[in-house]
Amino acid sequence: MTSADPDGVESPSPEPTGQHAALIRDLLDGRHRALARVITKIENRAPGYREIVSQLHDHTGSASVVGVTGSPGAGKSTLVDKLAEAYRDRGETVGVIAVDPSSPYTGGAVLGDRIRMASNVGDMDVFFRSMSARGSLGGLSTATSDAVKALDAFGKDRIVVETVGAGQNEVDVVKTAETVCVLVQPGSGDDVQMLKAGILEIGDVFVVNKADMDGASRTVAELEEMLHMRENPVKNLNTGHHGPVGDDRLEAASLDDGDEAAWDPAVVETVATEGDGVTELIETFDEHREWLVDSGKLDEQARTRYAEEIRQLLRADTAALLEDVLAERGGVDALAGQVVDRETDPYAVVEDVMGPLRDCVAETDADGGEAE
Amino acid sequence: MSTQQERDGRTIRCLIAKVGLDGHDRGAHVIARAFRDAGFEVIYSGLHRAPDEIVQAAVQEDVDVLGISILSGAHNTLVPKIVDGLEEYGAFEDTLLLVGGIVPDEDREKLKELGVAEIFGPGTPMEETIEFVEANVPEDR
Repeated sequence: MTSADPDGVESPSPEPTGQHAALIRDLLDGRHRALARVITKIENRAPGYREIVSQLHDHTGSASVVGVTGSPGAGKSTLVDKLAEAYRDRGETVGVIAVDPSSPYTGGAVLGDRIRMASNVGDMDVFFRSMSARGSLGGLSTATSDAVKALDAFGKDRIVVETVGAGQNEVDVVKTAETVCVLVQPGSGDDVQMLKAGILEIGDVFVVNKADMDGASRTVAELEEMLHMRENPVKNLNTGHHGPVGDDRLEAASLDDGDEAAWDPAVVETVATEGDGVTELIETFDEHREWLVDSGKLDEQARTRYAEEIRQLLRADTAALLEDVLAERGGVDALAGQVVDRETDPYAVVEDVMGPLRDCVAETDADGGEAE
Repeated sequence: MSTQQERDGRTIRCLIAKVGLDGHDRGAHVIARAFRDAGFEVIYSGLHRAPDEIVQAAVQEDVDVLGISILSGAHNTLVPKIVDGLEEYGAFEDTLLLVGGIVPDEDREKLKELGVAEIFGPGTPMEETIEFVEANVPEDR
């Protein structure tokens, strides 16, 4: 919104440069085709994509980002559709990224979430983009957060990232959001078991969708109970009594730790197909964001996210560099063969590869020191 | 994975679209599945879409291939609207446009003049369609 706004009074950002300058300018001017193309380049890791994302960074930071996850069939796409509709009614523009799995064998995918975006057809101010996991380790979250940046720079007010809560990869993706929303279906005891295993920790807001089904209130109660248990990690160690007195004491203790006003994960009931509960859900999202801003957590969260992103990029680049070094030495298969033949061993190979790199880095550091 | 890697890290993206009133999408499902197994990323539109909706999806998803499945005989009115829409967003030039379904011979030339790359009638072997896409998908994006 800020720098893309022609009437904006903020200091002008530097003109886009490089081979994709025109594309970046078109995106900032609000051309949908350019936004779509930039996301494609990000997904493909096409030449020059880093330069694009790098130049967009200055234009980001104004959108609020919600991540939506949950097991298949929980109604995520339908809910996201209704969320987008409600945001549009409030005059806000929306970007949606929906991540679906891809085949580990062929890399192919059927990206089916678009079908449910029925409320927003023909409205280009809802920019819906399907993405596949493309089977890349850690790459998905990088690509997704870069695509979020593109939507943010384009000027979208609200961005929703939707993913199947099937594995760590997907959990990483929703963690790129400021507010994480986990969908649960009523009456699915197994889902709740699944939640215990990890997703419970990432959720800021829990939605019991299909709340008109039997067992909805029980699922809400179960969730509330588990979330309550989560509030005090110490309590899980204290396997004895869980009486109200103990709770108070533990809460007081945690307050003493300086953990002022922690966010209490909310449980909201919705019937996405009817749009019931969507207004309340958006209010809860807004409350969470408000809390993030007031508590200073938003900045902290952004720092953590960027730190992780820097690490991720460095790891990817280092891995690529090592692949080159390995290729120079005849490839990893040849080296493995030598290990099998007892000519060498894995540790010796690694030392052989890493030694010169280490020396090189040490030398560069020394040079830098002298220059200062 | 091999198909993907041969294409230099690029994955072919397709939109399989059902436009208009016909409610029969078994063919569209079959082709979506076949494309998926060929390593493509396939977005399926769902039934009863208006040309505008198809254009919106094709532009936002930045697909390489738009496959329109029509059995109702309405191709002469619907396909031109889609072409116009793609042109409006500057997306026509680098989208490979295919039509599948029932198209009488006398209409084929007209559709091709409009910019449809190929028309696949009933009984076309799946490999033929996949090979056509792989050979004709726009390269310089």
